Amino acid sequence: MCLAIPGKIKKIFNDHTAEIEIGGIVKKASLDLIPQVAVGDYVLLHAGFAIQVIDQKKALEIFRAWEGKVD
Amino acid sequence: MRYVDEYRNKEIAQKILRQIKSISKKKINLMEVCGTHTMAIFRNGIKKMLPHNINLISGPGCPVCVTPISYIDEIIALSRGENFIITTFGDMIRVPGSTSTLEKEKTDGADIRIVYSTLDALKIAQDNSSKEVVFMGVGFETTSPTIASAVLKAQKERIENFSVLSVAKIIPPAMEALLGGEELNIDGFICPGHVSAIIGSQPYNFITAQHKVPCVICGFEPLDILQSIYMLVKQIEDGRAEVEIQYERAVKPEGNKIALDKINEVFKVIDSDWRGIGNIPLSGLEIKDKYRQFNARKFAVETEETKEPKGCRCGEVLRGVITPPECPLFRQVCSPENPQGACMVSTEGTCAAYYKYN
Repeated sequence: MCLAIPGKIKKIFNDHTAEIEIGGIVKKASLDLIPQVAVGDYVLLHAGFAIQVIDQKKALEIFRAWEGKVD
Repeated sequence: MRYVDEYRNKEIAQKILRQIKSISKKKINLMEVCGTHTMAIFRNGIKKMLPHNINLISGPGCPVCVTPISYIDEIIALSRGENFIITTFGDMIRVPGSTSTLEKEKTDGADIRIVYSTLDALKIAQDNSSKEVVFMGVGFETTSPTIASAVLKAQKERIENFSVLSVAKIIPPAMEALLGGEELNIDGFICPGHVSAIIGSQPYNFITAQHKVPCVICGFEPLDILQSIYMLVKQIEDGRAEVEIQYERAVKPEGNKIALDKINEVFKVIDSDWRGIGNIPLSGLEIKDKYRQFNARKFAVETEETKEPKGCRCGEVLRGVITPPECPLFRQVCSPENPQGACMVSTEGTCAAYYKYN
């Protein structure tokens, strides 16, 4: 039930909602829980609400940590 | 980046696995608290990849599964009222109450509607102003801010025929309750990533400080889960117990303050019954008196006497004490088509995961 899916904000409307693209499909969602976002940001979408912004720098750290690693 | 496929890279997965194998010496039990993790672990065959000394145990983190039967009876009683529309997330509709399910009630004529979001339920209330629209407030901290947000919107827009029957729950007290028992030895927690996106990492600090059990907040793709297991094994082998965040792209130590403020505005923390675990102090959320008009308990319906399904061992499955195949009903009379207990109904239930993937 705690499923949340990453999507990209395409459009923001005045009523704190946004169009969010997830794998080619556009969904309308509320920005009530993370109002400080911009078009182009990636957010986690849960039950019609964006619940958190994805930190794009931190998202790469796992690759930095393991890609060069020789075992 | 789409923040999905990249975290399914086989080469990196192999590297992490080799590292896990090279540092892991002790025989350990790691509990994945969250049902979404349980499904991801099964779907990706992660249990089978790990060395034999690392045992993954599924925990109580499926809201559908830990909702007490008495609550299902309460919502069924409401659905039988003359003027009610019940709105719910799809997972709840087939959960057996003492003698019925919402699905059966719907067949018998009750107005029960599946919604994707609390805001859909609000819209139904707006469109049906002569009816009482009740939302089934089931969920953990990931979902409770969306319920709070709907209540605040209902108040602001004076949607007075909308209310919530809350059975929302808080995860960290349940983790502590499991540590208190003597049935199970948990050496580390794989902590729920999306609950933590809201609550942050601090609420787990007492687990590491008082119980000396390491916690790693974990994402939901295979690399996230393998890296979290690596981080837990490393802590255990080093003799450390800390709260670490693997799922850093989505979880900040402080969580989502706006969402937390909304939860605190609308809800008060109460003791709460968890199916299979019992009553856990300060582990539930009830609508504050200030928002009483949006609390469906104002209708005070009478419910039937609670009956547990005979032979069902969901309780022990939820506490991680037995695995589903140890239950006599599993695959015999209990299946996703004919579920006896909530752990088989829910798509994220441990029994459903074993049925589908094992």
